[in-house]
Amino acid sequence: MNICGYKLSGVHVAQVHAASHHGSLYNRSFIESFEETPMLVAVLTYMGYGILTIFGYLRDFLRHWKIERCHIAREKEEQKDFVPLYQDFENFYTRNLYMRIRDNWNRPICSVPGAKVDLMERSSRDYNWTFEYTGRVVHDVINLGSYNYLGFAENTGPCADSAAEVTIKYGVGVASTRQEIGNLDRHEEMEKLVAKFLGVESAMAFGMGFATNSMNIPALAGKGCLILSDELNHASLVLGARLSGSTIRVFKHNNMQSLEKLLREAIVHGQPRTHRPWKKILIVVEGIYSMEGSVVRLPEVIALKKRYRAYLYLDEAHSIGALGSRGRGVVDYFGLDPCDVDVMMGTFTKSFGAAGGYIAGKRELIEYLRSHSHSAVYATSMSPPVVEQIITSMKCIMGEDGTTIGLKRVRQLAENTVYFRKRLREMGFIIYGNMDSPVVPMMLYMPAKIGAFGREMLKRNIGVVVVGFPATPIIESRARFCISAAHTKDMLDRALSVISEVGDLLQLKYSRHRIQPSLARPFDNNVYEDIDD
Amino acid sequence: GRLLVRCPAPGQWVLVEMVQAFYEAPAYHLILEGILILWIIRLLFSKTYKLHETYKLTEKEKEDLIEEWQPEPLVPPVSKDHPSLNYDVVTGPPSHKIIINGKECINFASFNFLGLLDNERVKEKALVSLKKYGVGTCGPRGFYGTFDVHLELESRLAKFMKTEEAIIYSYGFATIASAIPAYSKRGDIIFVDEAACFSIQKGLQASRSFIKYFKHNDMEDLERLLKEQELEDQKNPRKARVTRKFIVVEGLYINTADICPLPELVKLKYKYKVRIFLEESMSFGVLGEHGRGVTEHFGVNMDDIDLISANMENAVASIGGFCCGRSFVIDHQRLSGQGYCFSASLPPMLAAAAIEALNIMEEDPDIFTVLREKCKHVYKALQGTPGLKLVGVPFAPALHLQMERSSGSRDSDLHLLRSVVDYCLERQVALTLARYLEKEERFLPPPSIRVVVTIEQTEENIQKAVSCIKAAASTLLK
Repeated sequence: MNICGYKLSGVHVAQVHAASHHGSLYNRSFIESFEETPMLVAVLTYMGYGILTIFGYLRDFLRHWKIERCHIAREKEEQKDFVPLYQDFENFYTRNLYMRIRDNWNRPICSVPGAKVDLMERSSRDYNWTFEYTGRVVHDVINLGSYNYLGFAENTGPCADSAAEVTIKYGVGVASTRQEIGNLDRHEEMEKLVAKFLGVESAMAFGMGFATNSMNIPALAGKGCLILSDELNHASLVLGARLSGSTIRVFKHNNMQSLEKLLREAIVHGQPRTHRPWKKILIVVEGIYSMEGSVVRLPEVIALKKRYRAYLYLDEAHSIGALGSRGRGVVDYFGLDPCDVDVMMGTFTKSFGAAGGYIAGKRELIEYLRSHSHSAVYATSMSPPVVEQIITSMKCIMGEDGTTIGLKRVRQLAENTVYFRKRLREMGFIIYGNMDSPVVPMMLYMPAKIGAFGREMLKRNIGVVVVGFPATPIIESRARFCISAAHTKDMLDRALSVISEVGDLLQLKYSRHRIQPSLARPFDNNVYEDIDD
Repeated sequence: GRLLVRCPAPGQWVLVEMVQAFYEAPAYHLILEGILILWIIRLLFSKTYKLHETYKLTEKEKEDLIEEWQPEPLVPPVSKDHPSLNYDVVTGPPSHKIIINGKECINFASFNFLGLLDNERVKEKALVSLKKYGVGTCGPRGFYGTFDVHLELESRLAKFMKTEEAIIYSYGFATIASAIPAYSKRGDIIFVDEAACFSIQKGLQASRSFIKYFKHNDMEDLERLLKEQELEDQKNPRKARVTRKFIVVEGLYINTADICPLPELVKLKYKYKVRIFLEESMSFGVLGEHGRGVTEHFGVNMDDIDLISANMENAVASIGGFCCGRSFVIDHQRLSGQGYCFSASLPPMLAAAAIEALNIMEEDPDIFTVLREKCKHVYKALQGTPGLKLVGVPFAPALHLQMERSSGSRDSDLHLLRSVVDYCLERQVALTLARYLEKEERFLPPPSIRVVVTIEQTEENIQKAVSCIKAAASTLLK
């Protein structure tokens, strides 16, 4: 398999020569792009951070000498001679950079987190150290921040009604663990439904998506095992891998050559120093990476996994319900067999409007987890109305409730995604990620623009999410839009025009190759763009 | 003497002058140069020293190794009659009268201490919240997942516990497991009781700090460890100045149903300058005049405890957990508590249910006294069960019944206890075995039956349960 790469004005394009080998793996187009940071922008961004750091030191100095009023909470008098709980340098970034633009996060809302949301107005008189609520509510803010891919965050309709019935009948809490007396019949029904939805033998559900990863990876891998994890995996996967006690090796983001190299090295050389063979190798990847908007190269990963006899753990937190012609996730998107993925994990928070996570796979796997998972033994089982919401929304997506609402929403999401991404590209913004991913990161780069973008959008009644360091590399701060099936074309158009306006105001249209709206790009099965080092 | 240098013509060094320089050089200079030359010669001729063998494998050898390697199966097979494989199925609400495996029983197994699981007011409030907000929050706290209900619940909890601030988590297990690693990092030292629950153990593991276990409730053992640490600190004061030290204890221990000696711990805290983290899942809403937990029970000032963490899944009968304490301590978790930042927030209807539960707790502090009376009653009644011993303090609502004399193997003990539980289920008393992960627990508690006292159990219920257990024990544990 030959890969040649060449640079085309800042965008890396790779072309695969062994067309048949790759052509048979992918039966759909796979187009991702990560445009390189323009040099001038990178320099200005570093300068920006440098100036902020200098000012940070200056402010710390003034605070230390009591010239400036200090708002930071202080340790109790009696405990002043204890070892300090926090080191000063650990909180430098929080005190001096995060505090200044803190009003862009933790914005409280007071309505359903649907396509439009009501925000509680906050104001600060001391530069974001403390907030007061004015009591006013900002109505109908277009919500581009909540993970509401299929629009199931609603307080009316069949899902809400059945959840209401269950609340009255069962109550809200369970007060016991799955293995003791907290295993309700509704839990078992939900798990059967999840298994049917994904097309696997059985499934098991847990109360928190984060805990699903951090508590079950240790049950699957232990000492003497190897975990190969993607560079940009979520904190829950990293924590689960660390708690398991296995050796962890990281491969470059979505880079199959890096993964293959690690696999070969691992099998040939065995465990470090003793050279004993590894007990098992677990590859941990995500369906959609939420900070990059990229989709995992699943056909290639499965081919590698089969060749080298490794096991695959696929975290579909963002992709379940959001990708695929039937909404069954990234496996459906590529048209692959769900039995090829050893452990399918996902969450119910994003596309199903509920809470919790699941793991699905072969019957032996789930039986093992039922008896050995930390969550089944020590954690309270899921709340009944939440379980009901999952059952109803899943039936809706599968079409088992007798309507085509689910299918329509899946299609609407796909259309919205393609439209939104196309228009943003045309306007000249740098957008990362796969063409079909409903998570759209738009690059901002400079630290000042993070705060400015969030505030300007809110002034114009659009709520967006901005992210900076440490969730992203330091110069690659971005705004992240989450498209929903509940967004109508009018809402998207209004959002787009506002984004364009703010983009011009803040000079955000960095892209060096604006696509002309009328140009139809030929989609070739074997061409895919990605960044590779 | 210094060398006299007469500048020769460039490129012209007369041999005689060189030899002269050699003779006139100082002795130390010559000796040093001689040693250096000898060293270089030695290095040139010594054996080459490789750090590790870097043998080069041929491509074919590599392919062979790859072909031959067989991994273990992903999960080991679980036998069909593994005790934890077949769950008891509950149909209908898990409240006082619980339908388990098709039979209606009186519930002595759920942690529903204040009977709020099927309280009408709580359900009403949850319903109102559902009609306003829907079910899920669709985002973490940082990204439009903060609802006014969450803020209200946090301020109500802070007010109830009389602390400055509170922070809520969406999963009870994750509360203390995220709180500990947020403060204690690699190199810090944590002193933990041996009977600490599993979520504390996971928090300790995630923190990568040095863990020192002291014997359960043994203050002398703890003091010994603290003294040892003090001596270590005196040897290396620079390191000691940046090493944080914590004590993690539970209010009412879930594994042994007894109480921690909090006043002594506070004395040790100020004597040895360690911070206290208190886990109050079983004692919140149970102990104390107003249900504030073990600090109120002992009359200890809340400010002396650095962090109190509890889950809202026992007395409060909702889902989730919270930490409360001074703002200085709690605010840090908003950016570094992993279970808070990287996870979706608590569904608003569950937060509304918790607020209503708090309302009920505040309106009627008598329920705590009633609960404690019932606990004492059950404790007394279960004394003298043939073959089983009761473990716990009289006012603990979740007691353990362990085998008085172990049969030698844990499996057969579990089997016997399970038969007792089955006997009681037949006679409509719902009990459960206390479940543990045998291979993962650091100090595995002995097998036991969990007996939970709730405020909804009547005198009759308690009589029936106690006589049932005693009959089961005498019949099956001969």
